[in-house]
Amino acid sequence: MELIVAIAIGVLTSSGVWLLLRPRTYQVIIGLSLISYAVNLFIFAMGRLRMNMPPVLESAAAGDPALYADPLPQALVLTAIVISFAMTALFLVVLLAARGLTGTDHVDGREPEA
Amino acid sequence: MTWIDHLIIAPILLPLVTAAVMLLVGERRRTLKATLNVASTIALLGVAIMLLGQADAPPATSGAATVGVYLLGNWPAPFGIVLVLDRLSALMLVLTGVLALASLVFSLARWHRAGTHFHALFQLQLMGLNGAFLTGDLFNLFVFFEVLLAASYGLLLHGSSTARVRAGLHYITINIAASSLFLIGVSLMYGVTGTLNMADLAVRIPAIADEDRMLLEAGAAILGIAFLIKAGMWPLCFWLPTTYAAASPPIAALFAIMSKVGIYVIVRVWLLLFGEQSGTSALFGSDWLLYGGIMTIVFGSIGVLASQDMTRLAGYSLLVSTGTLLAVVGTGHTSVTGSALFYLISSTLAISAFYLLLELVERGRVVGADLLAVTMEAFGDDDFAEDEVGIAIPATMAVLGISFICCALLLAGLPPLSGFVAKFALLTALFDPGGLKAAPNATPITAWVLLGVIVGSGLTVLIAMMRAGIKTFWAPINRTVPRVRFVEVTPIIVLLLACATLTVQAGPVMRYMQDTAASLHLPHGYVNDVLSKPAIPGKGAQ
Repeated sequence: MELIVAIAIGVLTSSGVWLLLRPRTYQVIIGLSLISYAVNLFIFAMGRLRMNMPPVLESAAAGDPALYADPLPQALVLTAIVISFAMTALFLVVLLAARGLTGTDHVDGREPEA
Repeated sequence: MTWIDHLIIAPILLPLVTAAVMLLVGERRRTLKATLNVASTIALLGVAIMLLGQADAPPATSGAATVGVYLLGNWPAPFGIVLVLDRLSALMLVLTGVLALASLVFSLARWHRAGTHFHALFQLQLMGLNGAFLTGDLFNLFVFFEVLLAASYGLLLHGSSTARVRAGLHYITINIAASSLFLIGVSLMYGVTGTLNMADLAVRIPAIADEDRMLLEAGAAILGIAFLIKAGMWPLCFWLPTTYAAASPPIAALFAIMSKVGIYVIVRVWLLLFGEQSGTSALFGSDWLLYGGIMTIVFGSIGVLASQDMTRLAGYSLLVSTGTLLAVVGTGHTSVTGSALFYLISSTLAISAFYLLLELVERGRVVGADLLAVTMEAFGDDDFAEDEVGIAIPATMAVLGISFICCALLLAGLPPLSGFVAKFALLTALFDPGGLKAAPNATPITAWVLLGVIVGSGLTVLIAMMRAGIKTFWAPINRTVPRVRFVEVTPIIVLLLACATLTVQAGPVMRYMQDTAASLHLPHGYVNDVLSKPAIPGKGAQ
């Protein structure tokens, strides 16, 4: 299980980094989104991958910790998702403003001289 | 608990509530919002000074530090998030308050009208900064970092022009990437140690098994890169001069403390978690800080000589000050850290004053700043152009010229201002016989290299400032005297007077810095106070 998740995180990160270094702003945004997916999976995996174990206590008494998934990384992931969602929205607005002001979607604000 | 005990959370709650109230007030009522903003910032400065007095009080029992701990949600330390007030936090809060008030007063002349929501964003920026300085939990630090970054994106784009939006695009991209690195580092450290609380990490790190230590150090290194991007260490600093030059002047002055947030976090987290008493990982990464800092100073010195534009010169001298701080913190000794904190205060005040001054100086050269042309069309603010009511008297040039000379002295580190005192204290502490030979990391060769680089950077900054000053003040024949308003000159003079006060009162200030450094290098007091703070018992418990 860990191998699959690790490979998935690796593929997402490498795709995201490659897109991040591209010259068009839309590619940069998609790259940042892929990196944020990878990071969220990574944070979740730091709580150790457990199958069929909810992070919720069934009864009022605290049971054996080995029977439950760690809830803290899941809370961290939720926070990170919300923050990156807002940042992506802001970045999209800035992308549109840059497209409007500079007339091109190149990240440097002007087309490279051939 | 009395209201004094709740004062620790005031620097976070007050700007939040003020920003919320401002968003409810309509956009046209700028005077009301400006008044609210000024009142809130003055209140923040007052609270910060009271907290400074509280943090500096001598401890009731003999211990290394008096640390004020505030349990959020009344959960005790490793389980809940804590706000911690010690000398370093209080110092940074006061510095933030001073810079915020200065740049806010400057912006009241005309910049606050250049776009929408300036005042609300300003208050949220202060909330993020204060929260980052007060928190004692790594993920809470991430959240406050995001708050201050989000507000800074808005403030950077304020008064939008092509240059600003382009610089803003790059700034946002780099900071989102840095936040991803921050998350990876924090989660790695959580995965290895099982806690996010800084004091609890300090307890658990010496006890990590050797096969897990590699992951912990990898996590710490990745976390460090996120802060070093913010601080501006070479080779992560190429975004800084362009971005700060593109920002409107009061915002650039406020951004001077944003790079110091990165330095603050490194000083706090590195000395707490990887100090000399933390077992196998003691002083992890100090070589990287030292050599990276030296390279940053060299890069900044070359950039200062190469810059054609005074705002870029200011950005590169900010890099020089960052490099100096990183390099001396990387040597890892107590007396050096104390001097470094003094240098941090002095250089931040100087850079802010310089950014504010540059706008006034360049106003004499550029008629009808073309940056604002787009703004005038976009926002239809008809009364914008008519507001150039300054008084064009020759004394203006004298005041601006003397301020420029003071900034040059401060940035280059020449007597009699506090830049010299700070550099002298740094170099003395580096070569202190007891300090140097006892320092676990710095070899004599490295210390000599550091000395040469610091003194050389002062020389290059001096040459560049003199060249810029002659070009601006002495050489022009048909120079138009810039029209400046009293409310624009006053913050610059106040900041420079603060630096002069640092020189005169260097004794008490250095005593405070040495006490801060002592408590940073011996974190037992911090750790004990945070972990042993009891929760308030409920009403039905007794």
